[in-house]
Amino acid sequence: MRHIVSLLMENEAGALSRVAGLFSARGYNIESLTVAPTEDETLSRMTIVTRGSEEVIEQITKQLNKLIEVVEVMDLSEGEHIERELMLVKVRAEGAARDEMKRMTDIFRGRIIDVSDRTYTIELTGAGTKLDSFLQAIDRTLILETVRTGASGIGRGDRILKLQDR
Amino acid sequence: MELTGAEIAIRCLQEEEVEYVFGYPGGAVLFIYDALFNQDKVKHILVRHEQAAVHAADGYARSTDKVGVALVTSGPGVTNAVTGIATAYMDSIPMVVISGQVPTSYIGEDAFQEVDTVGITRPCVKHNFLVKDVKDIAVTIKKAFYLAKSGRPGPVLVDIPKDISLAKTEYEYPRSVSIRSYNPIVKADPAALKQALHLLLEAKRPMIYTGGGVILSDAAKQLTELVRLLGFPCTSTLMGLGGYPETDKQFVGMLGMHGTVEANMATQNCDVLFAVGARFDDRVIGNVKHFNSVPRKIIHIDIDPASISKRVQVDVPLVGDVANVLTEMLALLKASKHKTDTAAIAPWWKQINEWRGRNSLIYTQSTEVIKPQYVVEKLYEITRGEAFVTSDVGQHQMWAAQYYKFDQPRRWINSGGLGTMGFGLPAAMGVQLAHPGAPVACVTGEGSIQMCIQELSTCKQFHLPIKVIALNNRYLGMVRQWQEFFHGNRYAESYMDALPDFVKLAEAYGHVGIKIEKPSEVEDALKEAFARKDDLVFMDFRTDPTENVFPMVPGGKGLSDVLMAEDI
Ligand SMILES: Cc1ncc(C[n+]2csc(CCOP(=O)(O)OP(=O)(O)O)c2C)c(N)n1
Repeated sequence: MRHIVSLLMENEAGALSRVAGLFSARGYNIESLTVAPTEDETLSRMTIVTRGSEEVIEQITKQLNKLIEVVEVMDLSEGEHIERELMLVKVRAEGAARDEMKRMTDIFRGRIIDVSDRTYTIELTGAGTKLDSFLQAIDRTLILETVRTGASGIGRGDRILKLQDR
Repeated sequence: MELTGAEIAIRCLQEEEVEYVFGYPGGAVLFIYDALFNQDKVKHILVRHEQAAVHAADGYARSTDKVGVALVTSGPGVTNAVTGIATAYMDSIPMVVISGQVPTSYIGEDAFQEVDTVGITRPCVKHNFLVKDVKDIAVTIKKAFYLAKSGRPGPVLVDIPKDISLAKTEYEYPRSVSIRSYNPIVKADPAALKQALHLLLEAKRPMIYTGGGVILSDAAKQLTELVRLLGFPCTSTLMGLGGYPETDKQFVGMLGMHGTVEANMATQNCDVLFAVGARFDDRVIGNVKHFNSVPRKIIHIDIDPASISKRVQVDVPLVGDVANVLTEMLALLKASKHKTDTAAIAPWWKQINEWRGRNSLIYTQSTEVIKPQYVVEKLYEITRGEAFVTSDVGQHQMWAAQYYKFDQPRRWINSGGLGTMGFGLPAAMGVQLAHPGAPVACVTGEGSIQMCIQELSTCKQFHLPIKVIALNNRYLGMVRQWQEFFHGNRYAESYMDALPDFVKLAEAYGHVGIKIEKPSEVEDALKEAFARKDDLVFMDFRTDPTENVFPMVPGGKGLSDVLMAEDI
C-alpha cells in the first residue's frame, strides 16, 4: 500500500540525513521526499511517500518518532487528506504541436510559464496521478525535460499536524 | 568566569559525577587532555586502542547503573571507536563518547585526520551532535547524558572541533534540559495493565520471557517478586541473565539458539507469553513463521514503542519502563482477589519438568582432555557464583552463559546484539574499575582474546587483577561448529595457526600466566588464580578442540527444532 507520511522536525543541519539514513538502513522504500521550513522557523515539514504492508508502515512511523529531532509524525493516508505535487515540463512546441500543447495544458489546468520559438515550459500541479496522466496524454517524443517536486500533503478539515503541548 | 571549551567539557563531566573517562589522546583533543591534566576529579584510563576505550566504558556502564564515558581523537580515533559504539548501541548501553574534530574552518576540506564523524556514527548511536559554538558545549553535554540514560538507553556522541575546545565563554552548567521532541513513555496504560494481568491469570500454559531490559531498568527485584507470586516458569535471553535468580526452581534456563530444551519448548508451546524487556530477536525465537505456528497471546513490556510488534505481533503492549510497569503490576496483583490457579497450571509444570528431565546441558566428562563446560562449572563453584563474568563471542561465550548460574543482575557482561569479538578483556577493565576488589573473570577464546590483547598493558598500568580464562581450543570454535554441521566439515580458515605462547605473552606484559592441560589441574589452577588477589592471571586452558555447543536451534529454524549432542 502507498502511504503518505508527514512529519515535523527540528530545522537543524543533519535532521534530513537522519530520516534518509533510517529509510536506507532499514530497507524501507521512498517514492518521494520533500522538505522545507514552516511558518515556525525552528521546524521543517517533510512529506514522504512510501510503500509497504501495514506492519512496515507502523514500524516506519515508530522508527521516525524515535529519531530525536522528529517532533511529530502523521500517516496522512490514515484519514482524509489532500495531496499536491508540482511539475515543470519542457516540451518541443513547433508547428501543429504548438497549438496542441497549449490545448492539453488548458485541459489539465496547467500554465505555460516560459516560451521560446521552439519550446514551451508548462507548470502543472495536482495529485501525482494527474501529472502522470498529463505526461501520457501528450506526445512523449516531444518531452525535453520534466522536473517534479514529489508530493506534499495536508490533512483535511481539523486534521492538523502541529507541535503538541505536553 | 570565562572558560575554554575544553575546560567546560571537563567541568561538565565533573558535574555528571563521572569517575572514569576511557580514552586515547590525539591532535584534535589536545586541549581537552590539557584540561583533564589540570584537575584530578575525573580520572583518565589510557587504553591501547580506541575500540577498547569504548568497550571499557561499556563494561563500566553495564556493571553499574551509570553512564560510561569515552574520549577519542578525530579521524582514526573515531573510526577505531565505531565497533565499540555499535556494540553499545545494539545492547542499549548508556554511554557518552566525546570525540575531537578538526577545526571548524577545516571541516569539509579533507583536512588531516578529518572524517565525517556524525555521518559515520549516525546509524549506531542513539543521537549525536557536532558542536559548532563554544556556548553550546555545556548544554550539549547535558543533553548527551540525559539522552544516553533516559528512555531506551544508548550511546550518544558529542563531536567537538579543536577550535571550539580552545574558544572561551562564560560557563554555567544547566540544571536540567528538556528536548521537546523527546518524551519517552515510562508508565504503561492502566487499562492495558489490567488486561495483561487478566490474561496471565487465565493462562493454562503461561511463560515469562525476560531480556536485557530488566537489567537496564534495574527491575530484577520487581521481576523476582512477580514471578514468584505468579508461580510461573521463567526464562531469560542471553542479555537478561541474572535478572531472575538462575538457581531458583522456577527458572528454566536461557532460551534461544543455545537455550535449554525446557526453555525453548515452553516458550514455543505456551498459551500466554509475557515478554519483559526483551525484543524477540532472531537468535532468541528463531524463525518467525515457525514461532507463529502455535497460537498464543503475547504481552510485551518495552520502553521502546518500536520494539512492539516489530518481528512478532503483540496482543497487549505495555510501553513503559520495565521497573515501573512491574511495580504497578505487582500492586494490581496484590490488590486483586484473583490469583494464580495453581491446580490449573500443574499439568503445564509437569510437562516442563518432563522437558527438563531431558537434561539438555549434559556433557560427557573426560579424564584425558579438558571439557570447556567443566572449566566454567568449576569457575562458578570457586567464585561461589559471585564473580562478574565478561565474555567475548563464540562457543566459550555460550558455555559461560549456560554453565555459570547468575543469581544477580549486572554480573554477566557480554556483547549480545552485535556479537563483538574483542569485547571481553576491555569490558572487564571497566567492570574491575567500577568494582575494585571484586572477582572479575573474562571467559574468552584464543581467537577473541587476540582482538584486543594489547589491553593487557592497560591492565598492568592500572593494576587490574582480572582473571582471563581462555578456553583455548585452537579453533575459531563457533565457526568450526557451523562448518562441521552445515558445511560438510570443510574447516575453511577456522584453525588458529601460529598461536602465541599465552603464558609468555602474559609474562611479557608483566602478568602471571598458567597453562592448564589436564582436567585434574583445572580446579587447582582456578583456585590459585583467584587467590592471587592483586595479579592479573592469564589461564590458558587447552580444551577439547572437537567440543560443540548444545543444545542448538540451527539458524532459521524454530524453537522446537533442537539439535542435541546425541543427534550428531
Ligand atoms: C569481530 C568479529 N569478527 C568475526 C566474528 C565471527 N565469529 C563469531 S564466533 C567466532 C569464533 C570465535 O573464536 P574464539 O574466540 O576462539 O572462540 P570459540 O568459539 O573457539 O570459543 C567468529 C570468528 C565476530 N563475532 N566478531
